[in-house]
Amino acid sequence: MTSLQHVKLGTYYVVNLPRPDDFAFWRERARSLVQCDVPPDRVAWVESGGSGDLFAGGDTRLPVPPADARPIRASKRFLSLAKNAALHSDPERFTLLYRLVWRLQRNPRMMEDRADADVRRIEELDKNVRRDSHKMHAFVRFRQVKEEDGSEHYVAWFEPDHHIVRANAGFFKRRFANMRWSILTPRGTLHWDGATMREGPPAQKSDAPQGDPAEDLWRTYYASIFNPARLKVGAMLSEMPKKYWKNLPEASLIPELIAGAQSREATMVDAGSRELEDRPETLEAIDRAIHACRQCPIGELDNQAVMGEGPQAAALMIVGEQPGDQEDKAGRPFVGPAGQLLDRHLEKAGIERRGAYVTNTVKHFKFAQRGKRRLHQSPTAKEIDTCRWWIESERALVKPKIVLALGASAARGMLGKTVSISKVRGEPIALEDGSELWVTAHPSYLLRLDGEAAEKQAKLFDADLAAVKERLGELS
Amino acid sequence: MSDQTILQKLEILADAAKYDASCASSGTAKKNSLGGKGIGSTEGMGICHAYAPDGRCISLLKVLLTNHCIFDCHYCINRKSSNVRRARFTPQEIADLTLSFYKRNYIEGLFLSSGIIKSSNHTMELLVEAARILREEHDFRGYIHLKTIPEADPELIHQAGLYADRLSINVELPTDAGLTRLAPDKDARQIEGAMGGTKMAITQAKDEKKRFRHAPRFAPAGQSTQMIVGADAATDADIVGKASRLYDNFRLRRVYYSAFSPIPDASAVLPLKRPPLIREHRLYQSDWLMRFYGYQPGEIMQATEKDGNLPLDIDPKLAWALKFRDSFPVDVNRASKEQLLRVPGLGTTAVRRILTARRHRTLRLDDVAKLTVSLAKVRPFIVTCDWRPTLLTDRADLRRLLAPRQEQLELFAA
Ligand code: SF4
Repeated sequence: MTSLQHVKLGTYYVVNLPRPDDFAFWRERARSLVQCDVPPDRVAWVESGGSGDLFAGGDTRLPVPPADARPIRASKRFLSLAKNAALHSDPERFTLLYRLVWRLQRNPRMMEDRADADVRRIEELDKNVRRDSHKMHAFVRFRQVKEEDGSEHYVAWFEPDHHIVRANAGFFKRRFANMRWSILTPRGTLHWDGATMREGPPAQKSDAPQGDPAEDLWRTYYASIFNPARLKVGAMLSEMPKKYWKNLPEASLIPELIAGAQSREATMVDAGSRELEDRPETLEAIDRAIHACRQCPIGELDNQAVMGEGPQAAALMIVGEQPGDQEDKAGRPFVGPAGQLLDRHLEKAGIERRGAYVTNTVKHFKFAQRGKRRLHQSPTAKEIDTCRWWIESERALVKPKIVLALGASAARGMLGKTVSISKVRGEPIALEDGSELWVTAHPSYLLRLDGEAAEKQAKLFDADLAAVKERLGELS
Repeated sequence: MSDQTILQKLEILADAAKYDASCASSGTAKKNSLGGKGIGSTEGMGICHAYAPDGRCISLLKVLLTNHCIFDCHYCINRKSSNVRRARFTPQEIADLTLSFYKRNYIEGLFLSSGIIKSSNHTMELLVEAARILREEHDFRGYIHLKTIPEADPELIHQAGLYADRLSINVELPTDAGLTRLAPDKDARQIEGAMGGTKMAITQAKDEKKRFRHAPRFAPAGQSTQMIVGADAATDADIVGKASRLYDNFRLRRVYYSAFSPIPDASAVLPLKRPPLIREHRLYQSDWLMRFYGYQPGEIMQATEKDGNLPLDIDPKLAWALKFRDSFPVDVNRASKEQLLRVPGLGTTAVRRILTARRHRTLRLDDVAKLTVSLAKVRPFIVTCDWRPTLLTDRADLRRLLAPRQEQLELFAA
């Protein structure tokens, strides 16, 4: 109640700030007000152009402290934060600063209390302003203008979030001391002619020059130094938020660079263009090439390529889908659980694994990471088609009489189209080089079944293997 | 070749430089261009003027003088037998490009290295010449990092140090055997000899500076090196050991790690598998632990797994804590700064905050939550006045509970 009366009595003060970033002005006024014991809720700090008329009833004549007024204390920490916070665009900043000085007189150690809301707020303002200044140092981009007398003038357009322009004049002066430059911003301008600094009123973007031939070089540099193998867009965005992009010449390239890196594999997977390439001439060359292959995204995972193994003169080539976790670790095909099952069935059919060439249609292990485990994921048709180049190259060198494809992926790898196993199993499919393709289930399919279904499939599998064994005998 | 434009050369020679990890421009002597004739300033922290979509800071114009090379280091894209487009700048062109970028506030300065043309000395002379033009003809006071060629005459390396803020000499591979096999033209003793020479020159110049104000500066931002990870069989334990010996012997500012990436036209002796990028990251983290958290190299090695490598799914600090559980839990209200720094999830900032805050009150778990990024990570390892992880630290599945850590700090941003 009393405070309201005081307001009516004119003890409600209004301080009009001549400039939004005038910390020294604020400090002088704040000192007198504290010395006169004016509580924070009786002072309004009004920026020029701000909503001054709201406080029309306030007194703009500030009280004069008595000659013997006690000195005002403020910790070093407060001062260093306050200098920056005063530059913030938050209209409440001077009110906050005054409240803090006021409270500091009563509790000199208050600034150490990080849990206090005012302390946290001033820290936040300080941090925002420091960041804004830092970004100004980083992202001001000068453009060269040739003056009529042939001299060079460097002009930049920058849009700061806070009232930081004057405060950062020194940085640019020290750095570009012997250059003629101007920095234009919506919050004021700076002009340096090599000897004196001149401040000017707010500018518009159209006042700044539109381009600079050096920007092509800079963009070239930006695009070349970027490593497309490591896309980390989030990290980039947190340091170079989009709001700055419009004034950065290099930023126009970003969407293109990102898209380019992502579709790099996709465009390279133009199978047609690879037909023009020479096929590797030895199995060793294929081995080397698949390890370096990144034609499809599977190759970008943390894995290694797994080459087929077995005698090059083998009459039988057994083709699986892709290496699994264990195969990837061992670098050898069919060593995991499915491989062991296959071995048992081969033995039963009387086919000697060591005599066959055993390989996979996709050379890299495709997986999804779940904690420490790598879960198998089926390759897409597109990935299989991309990787076909390798299995075909292998087949061209091994020249088997019979290819046994295990599962639908392997069948697609051999045929280039998807077939239904139940429809094609048990019958040979003629391949263009005169050899025969036999298709059966993948042993990992058998592993997933149990009970009657498992038995039934195992029988079918054995029958397929037996047929292959018989046919091998006929062909040799 | 001579009809290549500057733009085409820049495209080739910047591309070839991207295998150098460093772009740092911090920690050199303060200088500005007031009272001089040219431009440039360095004020402590370097500035990242742009960020590439790979998340890396762009602070310097990082280029090769040329990617022609008479050496045949197998892991290097520019090696003699590699089939890449070649280009070559003159020292003058490098200087002009640097100034033109600097004047527009694109960069903090120049990071120049080179393939070896004609001879090591000849190449080193060209590198020094580019720096000389900048410093002497243009009074350039921005940042210069020169990659020196260890086989060059020590006198040339010394000159480089007078112009440059930082010198670097790459050790290339973590083991001597690896170097012999993969970089047949390079010699480990020579590399370390050059590093030793640079260290001495740096120390001497600092000493003289104390006595004579006008004594010339020599590489005030010190020297650094780079190691390629994953091109030979060296384990993380080998690498950490090597790095710490280098830090000790040569007082390096930084050891950079660069994950070997299989390069086009790869040489036959190379491993075909590229190391996971996360491995490089774990090495940077362990570097960080040694430099800022008081870990001894031996302790980092203790955090490795049976194969001598750091675990990839958890960071080295957590790996160490899980192995040495009897060092935990740590009482946040009583423990020393050193002990607090060992708590997984507590960074230097959080530790500083805890130390200040506990002067005012006894910390509860809630308070710790306010001071740290992730309480979940910290909780199993600490004691507060209202919390004690009776069972947690003993749980066998603690590792699984805490891994995988998704957040990844970009530790090598300058
Ligand atoms: S899976 Fe096949 S196509 Fe894809 S990267 Fe590996 S080898 Fe190349």
